[in-house]
Amino acid sequence: MKGSEIIIDSLKKEKVNKIFGYPGGAVIPIFDTLYSNPDIDVTLTRHEQGAVHAADGYARTTGKPGVCIVTSGPGATNTVTGLATAKLDSVPVIVISGQVPTGYIGTDAFQETDFFGLSRSICKHNYLVKDIKELPKIIKEAFHVAKSGRPGPVTIDIPKDVSLDELENYKYPDKVDLAGYKPVLEGNMKQIKKLAEAVKESEKPVLYTGGGIVTSGAEAEIRNFVEKTKIPTTTTLMGLGTLPYDHPEFLGMPGMHGTVAANYALTECDLLIAIGTRFDDRVTGPPDTFAKNAKVAHVDIDPAEIGKIIETDIPVVGDAHYVLQQLDKILEPKEKNGWNAKTTEWQEQYPLRYDQEGNQEILAQYVIDQLNELVDDAIMVTDVGQHQMWVAQFFHFKKSGQLLTSGGLGTMGYGLPAAMGAASSNPGKPVINVSGDGGFQMNIQELTTCALNNIPVKNIVINNSYLGMVRQWQELFWNKRYAQTSLRDRSNGSKDSKHTPENYCPDIVGMAEASGVKGLRATKPEQVKDVLKEGLEHDGPVVMEFFVRETENVYPMVPAGKPINEILLGD
Amino acid sequence: MKEKHTIIIKVTNHVGVLAKISGLLAQRGYNIESAIAAPTENPDVYKISLVVKENEKGIQQITKQLNKMVDTLKVTDISHKNNYVVREYLIIKVQVNNDNRSDVFELMQVFSAKALDVDSDYIMMELAGTARKISRMIKLLKPFGIEEYVRSGEFAMSE
Repeated sequence: MKGSEIIIDSLKKEKVNKIFGYPGGAVIPIFDTLYSNPDIDVTLTRHEQGAVHAADGYARTTGKPGVCIVTSGPGATNTVTGLATAKLDSVPVIVISGQVPTGYIGTDAFQETDFFGLSRSICKHNYLVKDIKELPKIIKEAFHVAKSGRPGPVTIDIPKDVSLDELENYKYPDKVDLAGYKPVLEGNMKQIKKLAEAVKESEKPVLYTGGGIVTSGAEAEIRNFVEKTKIPTTTTLMGLGTLPYDHPEFLGMPGMHGTVAANYALTECDLLIAIGTRFDDRVTGPPDTFAKNAKVAHVDIDPAEIGKIIETDIPVVGDAHYVLQQLDKILEPKEKNGWNAKTTEWQEQYPLRYDQEGNQEILAQYVIDQLNELVDDAIMVTDVGQHQMWVAQFFHFKKSGQLLTSGGLGTMGYGLPAAMGAASSNPGKPVINVSGDGGFQMNIQELTTCALNNIPVKNIVINNSYLGMVRQWQELFWNKRYAQTSLRDRSNGSKDSKHTPENYCPDIVGMAEASGVKGLRATKPEQVKDVLKEGLEHDGPVVMEFFVRETENVYPMVPAGKPINEILLGD
Repeated sequence: MKEKHTIIIKVTNHVGVLAKISGLLAQRGYNIESAIAAPTENPDVYKISLVVKENEKGIQQITKQLNKMVDTLKVTDISHKNNYVVREYLIIKVQVNNDNRSDVFELMQVFSAKALDVDSDYIMMELAGTARKISRMIKLLKPFGIEEYVRSGEFAMSE
């Protein structure tokens, strides 16, 4: 069997029915084989970065590895941002890249890059296939490694001659044989007993959960845990939805743009139970100021995360789903106490708020809040920046895995292609991408892919004509020197230039229309609801652009380097 | 406090595995003082000894991150503070003349160094011992004029 046929057969054995990719010289053999295999659907994106983020969106919404096939050299390097995005958010993405023929490796051949070396630090694991005999085993391993344990991206670099070579007696392996790789699922019972004991003794406990709950499918277990113990719970950006927004014990998101209640509770708690989360600096602020009076329990499938940032009193290595089941067997129920009353009081005293009525211009928060009335079960995708935080704060997340966002790497340009991957693998489910005008332009070419394949992504572009989050930092901490953050024109945000569609370049609605995607625009608050309704009801991809207040800031905000209880609330 | 440790990593012998290990440490901001890679009794398994100077937390991160690598079979951390066997090997070529040759021989005797090659104007010798002993020998030979030397870096074995 030919190498390229082995690749495609292996993908079928791994139940891959959708691939995102972009052809080129070194992968012509693979695309040629795909050409005669219609049961694998190939989406041709308009840029390799679009393909890798689409594979990421596919993976996050299906739980299966997302596959992306690109050519050598520039094709491969264009996936680097997507791989790093997937690595930091623990997403199983597999990039199959072409490589120059084995005999040319190391000669600076046309379209040669050392992709094996380049991708090392941004992948869970990576392979260079030097011999066709290794090919079946490597593909089998790649899928296993990508999705097991703490998931992550894997690259397989395949020289062109390996794709063309013949292998006799091809057989796809049934099992992997990786002597040193055995992720631990169940936790150590001794530690879990200590955790149960700590919960019992604690008077001011806080539960702090993250994306690990989504990945391990521990939504039911975490809800059960919270209901049994009444522990006030804060959920990171990556874990939003694992506890519904209106759950009585839900404190909101922690950290830099988290709620006051969550940050105060984290600061004052006597027991911090962290599950499936990694103490990101955007959550903790300076680690020595974080939860400093608390006993810390940390449950994580990755032992290297435990003790990396914060010293841990009760370490539990294991998969959240299993550990929470083990814990449930010995956990004693608890009643609400004065601590619950205190956290509730903070919530009431410091709610998330915005003032649309006091503003002539549209507020981004209002646009997002309106969505709550119009959609129920939508998959939400964001880019990175202010709008991302507003989605996290104001959208009513109800289900685990409902939000796709580049939490760790903060990749602008993630939204549209990731939403495309999610929408094409979840037919019938509304997929809404909220972007800013900056991030949306970073992969705007993928509108064409949506149009040509009728991928019904509902794009909401929050246009404040700025790189809003950076502008906010410049306003608050850099003396209002708006260096290169105005996207509107060359005026760098001067007062003479008004924030209107006429002054904005490019015409985003026009670009949508030119790409074959329906474009809508709102410039006044009273138009918001109608535009959203029309866009969401449209049968196909759509771009809804909202001209929002330029100078609106995200609050609460903890300035970088400050403890998380030193919070700016805005006016 | 930063202490020297030898970290021994047993890995399956794949293309680029040494690059992966050194890259991993560099990526996390750790310095490698010395590194030795050699095959083991099993041809599919490579053994890599790294000497790093780090505090307890750093060493813990390094061993955990190394353990996480898919190619890793086993990671052993040997603190030089404890009484483990840590050795280094040296080959050194020193200039001599008729006046000072016997002084060099005397030093060699004290250090139990072994001559590998002797000519009218140089002595080449080998020496095994602790890193401190090796450094001391190099220091004492310096006034004679060192032409060249090579140190193996430290390697260690646990009980």
